[in-house]
Amino acid sequence: MNKIFLIIQREFMTRVRKKSFIIITLLSPLFFAAIAVLPSYLASLEVTEVRTVAVIDNTGAYTNVIPSTEYIKITYLKDTQGDIVKRNLDEAGYYALLVIDSTKNAYQPALTLFSPKQPAIDVMQHLENTLEKEIETRKLKGYNIDNLDKIMADVKTKVSIKSLKISKSGEEKESSTIVAMAIAYIMSLLMYMMVLITGQQVMVGVIEEKSNRVVEVIISSVKPFQMMTGKIFGMASVSILQIIIWVVMTAALAGVGINILNQKMAVKPTTEQMQTMAQASPEAAQALEAVSQGTNDGNNIMAALLNQNFALLIGGFLFYFLFGYLLYAAMFAAVGSAVENITDTQQLTLPITLPLILAIIVMISGIKSPDGPLAFWFSMIPFTSPVIMLTRLPFGVPAWQLALSASILVATFVLIIWLAAKIYRVGILMYGKKYTWKEMIKWINYKA
Amino acid sequence: MYLIETKGIEKHYSNHLALDDVSIKVPQGSIYGLLGPNGAGKTTLIRIINQITGPDKGEVLFDGHPLKPNDIYRIGYLPEERGLYKKMKVGEQALFLAQLKGLSRAEALKRLKYWFERFEIQAWWNKKIEELSKGMAQKVQFLVTIIHEPELLIFDEPFSGFDPINVQLVKDEILALKRKGTTIIFSTHNMASVEELCDHITLINKSRNILSGQIDEVRQSYGSNVFEISFRGEPAALQQSLDGKFDLLNIDTENSLPKAQVRLNTQLESNKLLQAIIPVVDIVSFNPIVPSMHDIFIQVVQEYNQKHGATNN
Repeated sequence: MNKIFLIIQREFMTRVRKKSFIIITLLSPLFFAAIAVLPSYLASLEVTEVRTVAVIDNTGAYTNVIPSTEYIKITYLKDTQGDIVKRNLDEAGYYALLVIDSTKNAYQPALTLFSPKQPAIDVMQHLENTLEKEIETRKLKGYNIDNLDKIMADVKTKVSIKSLKISKSGEEKESSTIVAMAIAYIMSLLMYMMVLITGQQVMVGVIEEKSNRVVEVIISSVKPFQMMTGKIFGMASVSILQIIIWVVMTAALAGVGINILNQKMAVKPTTEQMQTMAQASPEAAQALEAVSQGTNDGNNIMAALLNQNFALLIGGFLFYFLFGYLLYAAMFAAVGSAVENITDTQQLTLPITLPLILAIIVMISGIKSPDGPLAFWFSMIPFTSPVIMLTRLPFGVPAWQLALSASILVATFVLIIWLAAKIYRVGILMYGKKYTWKEMIKWINYKA
Repeated sequence: MYLIETKGIEKHYSNHLALDDVSIKVPQGSIYGLLGPNGAGKTTLIRIINQITGPDKGEVLFDGHPLKPNDIYRIGYLPEERGLYKKMKVGEQALFLAQLKGLSRAEALKRLKYWFERFEIQAWWNKKIEELSKGMAQKVQFLVTIIHEPELLIFDEPFSGFDPINVQLVKDEILALKRKGTTIIFSTHNMASVEELCDHITLINKSRNILSGQIDEVRQSYGSNVFEISFRGEPAALQQSLDGKFDLLNIDTENSLPKAQVRLNTQLESNKLLQAIIPVVDIVSFNPIVPSMHDIFIQVVQEYNQKHGATNN
């Protein structure tokens, strides 16, 4: 036991002192916090530049219907040749030129926007929205309804569903599907990456020890099993330390960031930028929408976020990371023991990485129905449960399922590390050949 | 008193027999040479003694009792294929390896300090292994092998990678350890160093122990009773005096001092030989020619292979 501890200690100290570890550990929270805060920050960004859009209305019907806003100034030009203005937009100081031409349909004018560069989305939207509204109003007026203004004012409705999660005890908590989804995405992707990366680091470590023949020296004082588990647990302790630093730093940074933004956002919500983001990436959109609704609807997203059971989430992440990592690291260590060169590992690691990749595919569809049979079964299978259970966790998982999944995972880990140790024990002393899984499985039955 | 005794060790690998009924007895305080061609099974035997792997049959006695896990603290092993963590600092690494051999941190530190001074390598303490030359790394490796002062040391090709000065340093250390009572198993292909250092040898070939014994006795027994006589006088006269009674192999007359090599039927005939030649020439020297370990190795292995077929299994 004392020796395993020595090996863990060596593994921990050498890895923690590496520059790459320090940099990744300290910089990642900045990155995570940025992900949390950036959408809100972008949303709060104020466009301070005033842009002037010239409008030439050849129909005469749409004069002065587009209002100026704080940052978009609308100038109607009369008795001017569109062609001349078009050619001299920059000199005239115009950001863009909107030409309104008539068509057969009075309600369907031909609209063309000329500009030297791609016009900003907020300008486009301002123009489109106001014109759309104007035409709609005109059409409505065409029906000659009495008291139209009053009716319109009355009809105007905004629906917002407040979703509350009810626990058995009848306690009501504000919840948000979008917040849950965002957390599920982030946690299961992070889990996938960390299990894969740290598992492979263990493999690379084993290969290094074998190829530079340190194994030969150490193996006379330590049992192969101790050497392998020491390495795996050493790496685990490094990763857990890293996660804890990440959680604390991210929480602190994001907390500060969100506080600052909240003060800013209270003043001015702008939707345009958010829509820009939404077009750029649909995933970001969900997180973004969460933020935008949060600002619009009195920060109820913040409430939903805070109502997530963070102790359970972080605890669940640590538990599933630990055992998911241990499970995969044991398999990666077995592969590492059978080769002398990292380039020889590709074929051997494929069967190991496959379940993880499958988990990510299942996660993407499972996130839509976290209690469905697909998500349920894959959160029980130990090779995918670390990822899929974390997808389900933010939506709430019955305790018995959590307990069952966790027990299966732990039991499988015990079995796999036992098998992996048998392969490792033979593998680290084998040189000069490329081995296949078939041969490695045979080693399990070798006598010590 | 034997420190290590193996009895009828047998070890199979998936498709060949690595050791077949190998028994050796390593006397306490001796240097025991483990010889044999590549792939003969020496490393497997060493690994069994180190409990890296177990025998399929037979047993190993250490200090009179069957080998048990804690015995590894009393054994030091320098493998032939050896390496250290390249990115780790020399001092830290030595400390780690010493602690794995059961030393407390404080004790390990104290002893390492002593040895680093003795080997004059204090300046390396904070260097990484990758900054050292191969010979330097070997020195560190030798040092951590003996740091826990084990009763049994197993050296597999300990001199590889060393320059002559460091070979001498390591040789001296090995002899010093022997004087302190340490038992040493020494595996090498360098027959000159076997003759120089070993008290006993075992020759393993094709998984079997084909020759064991005290090195002088082995060499004597393979001595072909050839004596070399250098003399003053007429070579022809000498030749005549031997005629018919002794087998004259060669007579070298090119030097001012002629040398004749004569084979006797038994060693006990040396006096008769002398009696025969004393009247005709002046004898300057009379020496038995003992075969070198090198010659014995080649002779024994070749004879065995001829008798048992060229291929194993």
